[in-house]
Amino acid sequence: MRTEKTRTMALAAALAIALAGLPRAAGAETVLRIGMTAADIPRTLGQPDQGFEGNRFTGLTMYDALTMWDLSSSDKASVVIPGLATEWKVDDADKKKWIFKLRPGVTFHDGSPFNADAVVWNVDKVLKQDAPQFDPSQVGVTASRMPTLASARKVDDMTVELTTKEPDSFLPINLTNLFMASPAKWQKFYDTSEGADAKAKSQAAWAAFAKDASGTGPWKMTKFTPRERLELAKNAAYWEKARVPKVDKMVLLPMPEANARTAALLSGQVDWVEAPAPDALPEIKQRGFVLYSNEEPHVWPWQFSRIEGSPWNDIRVRKAANLCVDREGLRDGLLAGLMVPATGTFEPGHPWRGNPTFQIKYDKPAAQKLMQEAGYGPNKKLTVKIQTSASGSGQMLPLPMNEYLQQALAECYFDVQLDVIEWNTLFTNWRRGAKDPTANGSNATNVTYAAMDPFFALVRFLQSSMAPPVSNNWGYINNPKFDELVTKARQSFDPAARDAALAELHAASVDDAAFLYVAHDVAPRAMSPKVKGFVQPKSWFVDFSPVSMTQ
Amino acid sequence: MFTYIARRIVYVIPIVISVALVCFLLVHITPGDPLVAVLPADASQELAQQLRTAYGFDRPLPVQFGLWLWRAVHGDLGSSIATGRPVLSEVMRAVGNTVTLAIFAAMIGFTLGLLFGLIAGYFRDSWIDKLATSFAIAGVSVPHYWLGMVLVIIFSVQLNWLPAVGAGPGGSGAWAWDWDHLRYLILPAVTSSVIPMGIVTRTVRALTGDILSQDFVEALRAKGLRETNVFRHVIKNAAPTALAVMGLQLGYMLGGSILIETVFSWPGSGLLLNSAIFQRDLPLLQGTILVLALFFVLLNLLVDIAQAAIDPRIKRG
Repeated sequence: MRTEKTRTMALAAALAIALAGLPRAAGAETVLRIGMTAADIPRTLGQPDQGFEGNRFTGLTMYDALTMWDLSSSDKASVVIPGLATEWKVDDADKKKWIFKLRPGVTFHDGSPFNADAVVWNVDKVLKQDAPQFDPSQVGVTASRMPTLASARKVDDMTVELTTKEPDSFLPINLTNLFMASPAKWQKFYDTSEGADAKAKSQAAWAAFAKDASGTGPWKMTKFTPRERLELAKNAAYWEKARVPKVDKMVLLPMPEANARTAALLSGQVDWVEAPAPDALPEIKQRGFVLYSNEEPHVWPWQFSRIEGSPWNDIRVRKAANLCVDREGLRDGLLAGLMVPATGTFEPGHPWRGNPTFQIKYDKPAAQKLMQEAGYGPNKKLTVKIQTSASGSGQMLPLPMNEYLQQALAECYFDVQLDVIEWNTLFTNWRRGAKDPTANGSNATNVTYAAMDPFFALVRFLQSSMAPPVSNNWGYINNPKFDELVTKARQSFDPAARDAALAELHAASVDDAAFLYVAHDVAPRAMSPKVKGFVQPKSWFVDFSPVSMTQ
Repeated sequence: MFTYIARRIVYVIPIVISVALVCFLLVHITPGDPLVAVLPADASQELAQQLRTAYGFDRPLPVQFGLWLWRAVHGDLGSSIATGRPVLSEVMRAVGNTVTLAIFAAMIGFTLGLLFGLIAGYFRDSWIDKLATSFAIAGVSVPHYWLGMVLVIIFSVQLNWLPAVGAGPGGSGAWAWDWDHLRYLILPAVTSSVIPMGIVTRTVRALTGDILSQDFVEALRAKGLRETNVFRHVIKNAAPTALAVMGLQLGYMLGGSILIETVFSWPGSGLLLNSAIFQRDLPLLQGTILVLALFFVLLNLLVDIAQAAIDPRIKRG
């Protein structure tokens, strides 16, 4: 009897020990490993390089901005929400001044407080050339994304005044690109750095900061090997409790080659890859991995030249091109479903879509009729020349897609000639415009663009003053109606009125067939079935916080 | 011998200056904006000019070259435009990883190449020769990036025996010479080794066959030397040419393979060059090309010296 009791007690003790061990097992460190398309870790010092992929991985993870994108829904358009600023308002008396109220109780990863001084310091790092922290290498990727911001002034500890060069209602949207780095951490590096002068010391301090960064974001930098890996740990003290990451650690690995990324996923080396190799999609699915995609604020267009003598000056020709392309065929055939047919810069459901009367769809008879009205036909084809690249960031499959258009448009009496050049050269030529010799006689250019904010999506292409060398109005569009609507949108400070004005501008651009709108990218990514809780928003960015890993 | 070495070293100086000039000019004559990595396409002209001045691209080309060469002589290759990190540390880290890969690949490729070449040459026109020659032809004919992908599919994706990409579980910064890390080296090294294996096999086979048909070999045999001793003479006669070929092959491998390092995400000089080219990062591109070219020059110098040490006729010539 006694022996039996002892045995029972021993069994109970063993069970207790085993159960005690369970929480430890459940609490084992969870790691999310991601294969990026970038060839290098985007810059970590606050203003990432490598476009929006940089912002996605080393911007929004470690840092916050005054305003942020809502990335919580896969259905609704991603809109701007409060970030480190809780509210903002333009000055009624002087529309160039904005007051931003800051979020109280936020600290940087190094423990220093976030306040108005930090905001002024971060504005000065890219705008004030005589500030010790001014860093030319961060200017390019920041200043152009908030082109009208001029300066910042502290009003009190939790209030800051921002001044723009001209009245600009887009400022709160543009500020999503200005990430707040810790001035205290940088100062510590500056004080201990060596350098011949203040500029050299500043450079050394930024180099040190990049290796041991400090922001206010949901992820903290823990280990950094340039060009190989960046390890981030969850910031358990993040100010928005709902966005404290669910995994303990995230490892970012640059893998520029699509097949290498796919192999890394299939062999279990990573849990998530961006843009898997399109040919491997059936195998990825068949092996139980999960594919995600969603319409991205991205446009794959032909941007028309509107200089004197351009055939695209005839609106019938522009509309005919837009009606002659079977976008669904392109999606289901060449792109294996990985695109959304474009009927404008924004699709229905987006607050800036508006109600265009010109419906972009595949209607070959209508396109042929328009071309005949314009004086073209089977025996008199219109020759157009398009400058494009063989590859490039966001270009999807530029050459096969252009060849598809070449064939499609041939049925509507177009003779499309392609001028294929290297991607960076095409990108550089984009700044020079259709009148520049680099256009090489082309009357359209094929550079894809991000359409996250109104300036990037519409203004830089449609406003006449944005013609080269100022910005990307490559084709010298000069439409007084567009100019008027841009001014109206920029000076509508009520968000609803601003959005309405932008919708009006977008509708006008579609009605004018300003571009040949072809496709939106869908940002495909593949994940292990162990990855749970991921939401792919209609954005270039994603929120890693709700992602969890099952064992 | 000392005079010979000194003369070879003196020859290196104009070569190095020419190499520096060529790699500076090459990257500057390519179209595209050198500030494309930090300057978005919609940046204003004012901002573009501001950055051009900040990075010194507004100065005349000869001045830029002079300043770059002067700093390079003092061990400063400038900073990467895209990352802001010193070019020299970036290049040396990458070169270190490429050297690791190249040496491992050379060990595989040269060992197999010598073995196959000697056997094929000795048993010329036999089935052994045909088999070894087939391996050699396959080695030089199969595109190595394709072979890399096939190896990844077999050994990583299907069998899950070896990792598909990377340079160790914690990256190359935490590299260690243990199985956990060496397994990352196997697939890229095997892929890198096939071309040198093929070339060395073909060279050594031809040399061996040629030497074996020479009169002195007959004389050695007539003197009653055992076949192993005859073979030792054959190897000694084949060594200078084989060494030169292996030196060149090692040079190519130390230069890094953009394709192989990209397929395996191996953080070497090839991947670095790839990244620098796509980002138009001129300081990084110039620095990487210069360092790799210097490696090549240095390696050729060492091979020349080694050849002279083995074959006294060379230094006399």
